[in-house]
Amino acid sequence: MTSYDIVIVGGGPAGLAAAVSAKNSGIDSILIIERDKELGGILNQCIHNGFGLHTFKEELTGPEYAYRFIEQVYDLGIEYKLDTMVMDISHDKVVTAMNREDGMFQIQAGAVILAMGCRERPRGALNIPGYRPAGIYSAGTAQRLVNMEGFMPGREVVILGSGDIGLIMARRMTFEGAIVKVVAEIMPYSGGLKRNIVQCLDDYGIPLKLSHTVIDIEGKERVSAVTIAEVGPDMKPIPGTEERYTCDTLLLSTGLIPENELSRSAGVEINPITSGPVVNEILETSIPGVFACGNVLHVHDLVDYVSEEATRAGANAAKYVMAGCAEAEGGKTIQLKAVGGARYTVPSTINPDRMDDLLTVRFRVGAVFQESYVSVYFDDERVMHMKKKIMAPGEMEQVILQKKQILARPDLKTITITIEAE
Amino acid sequence: MEKRTLTCIGCPMGCQITVEFEGEEIFSLTGNTCAIGDKYARQEVTHPERVVTSTVVVEGGAKDRTSVKTKGNIPKDKIFECMEAINEVRAQAPLKIGDVVIKDVCGTGVDVVVTKNCDAA
Repeated sequence: MTSYDIVIVGGGPAGLAAAVSAKNSGIDSILIIERDKELGGILNQCIHNGFGLHTFKEELTGPEYAYRFIEQVYDLGIEYKLDTMVMDISHDKVVTAMNREDGMFQIQAGAVILAMGCRERPRGALNIPGYRPAGIYSAGTAQRLVNMEGFMPGREVVILGSGDIGLIMARRMTFEGAIVKVVAEIMPYSGGLKRNIVQCLDDYGIPLKLSHTVIDIEGKERVSAVTIAEVGPDMKPIPGTEERYTCDTLLLSTGLIPENELSRSAGVEINPITSGPVVNEILETSIPGVFACGNVLHVHDLVDYVSEEATRAGANAAKYVMAGCAEAEGGKTIQLKAVGGARYTVPSTINPDRMDDLLTVRFRVGAVFQESYVSVYFDDERVMHMKKKIMAPGEMEQVILQKKQILARPDLKTITITIEAE
Repeated sequence: MEKRTLTCIGCPMGCQITVEFEGEEIFSLTGNTCAIGDKYARQEVTHPERVVTSTVVVEGGAKDRTSVKTKGNIPKDKIFECMEAINEVRAQAPLKIGDVVIKDVCGTGVDVVVTKNCDAA
């Protein structure tokens, strides 16, 4: 069996940044395994601009952003395998993979970095009534067809869900001559970024109907019409509010789910809120030496944050390998809790001895909050209280914890993040 | 005098900004809560501009298509004219990020450039 110090599962933005960081931290034996035919992941089909404002201080398109990292992978001589699917990761970090050239093969990894990204929620998970004709696509599938394969999925489009990919595709298909009739969102707020609503819908006069969902799909061979209706606070359609749109295409942009089949079968503990692994302050999962970063860990709003998180995962995996794969156990563990409007935190636990001087804790809120406060409690004592004009579920929030502040409280057991009105 | 209400894209607040203006001259601007909103609304009513991104057909390449963008902002009302020009392009591989496929698209003074490398077949 061949062996590598670090095996990275996934060659998208998370995997690439993790690889570059691990290499720069002094590890030479690194392998990236990517199932697609090229590196770059989902960024290859995100041809719109707006990436990299935080990282590179300029607005790049997805492929340009990816290439900034791919180029470093080439220059640093980091090994990668394309068209290769990881089938299994064992508890003792044996990675089983296959491709057409090598067949099935196994690699003993010193450390594993999970960077598989996420997948779109499919129609089957939505319980939409109606026929099952051709013409129903997830927004990301339509994006790949239009931007990479050069096919238009249809000419008259209804979009369910206001996730960013759906908004981006509304504009993209309008550019290519399609008519986008309406975007229906079941929640009373949009799941996407404000700038995407303005620049992708408002610019082209495409209506966004909040608190609306699809209640019927017509057409036996191909979609011929879609009916939407308003929903009440109970999320049930309100009789009498139905509107029928003739169309040949329905795009679904109804949420992303981290792709953790491999993590689960390896025995990694999963957080039911994020559907991603539970990680500690060094982004290590419940299996020592298995790290996670990017959208497989929790769905991010900006790729810049993925790159930053993956850079930390890569450096931490390198540190783990150099310590002889036997990071000193012990030390205490502080639990991080999200309550009262905050839905989750990444990480879930902190070992104060191992944490960096400053630790970014990311979370999302469960509803829209205006003129509210993000509060951090150390056990029962409130230690941070920051006013925010607005927080929305579509955007990630963060607090930065200081190591010295935590070390100053040797009895600290729980850090709680919550949203307060005052 | 024209009056228009815009949603600011400076941050998630999405302030509704009302602008009264005529041509280049702005008479009143209300509803913004910071300087970003002021700047955005002024630009948006007098010279709305966007970057356009799309794909072009590639000949003799490892792939049939690669992605492109306008190298800078172009006036919003030129977007569809620009898309027509982009759809007529037949670019020859190999192509590198930054290669110009249309010079001065639709007289905007802005070039359309490649955003993804494409090797020759």
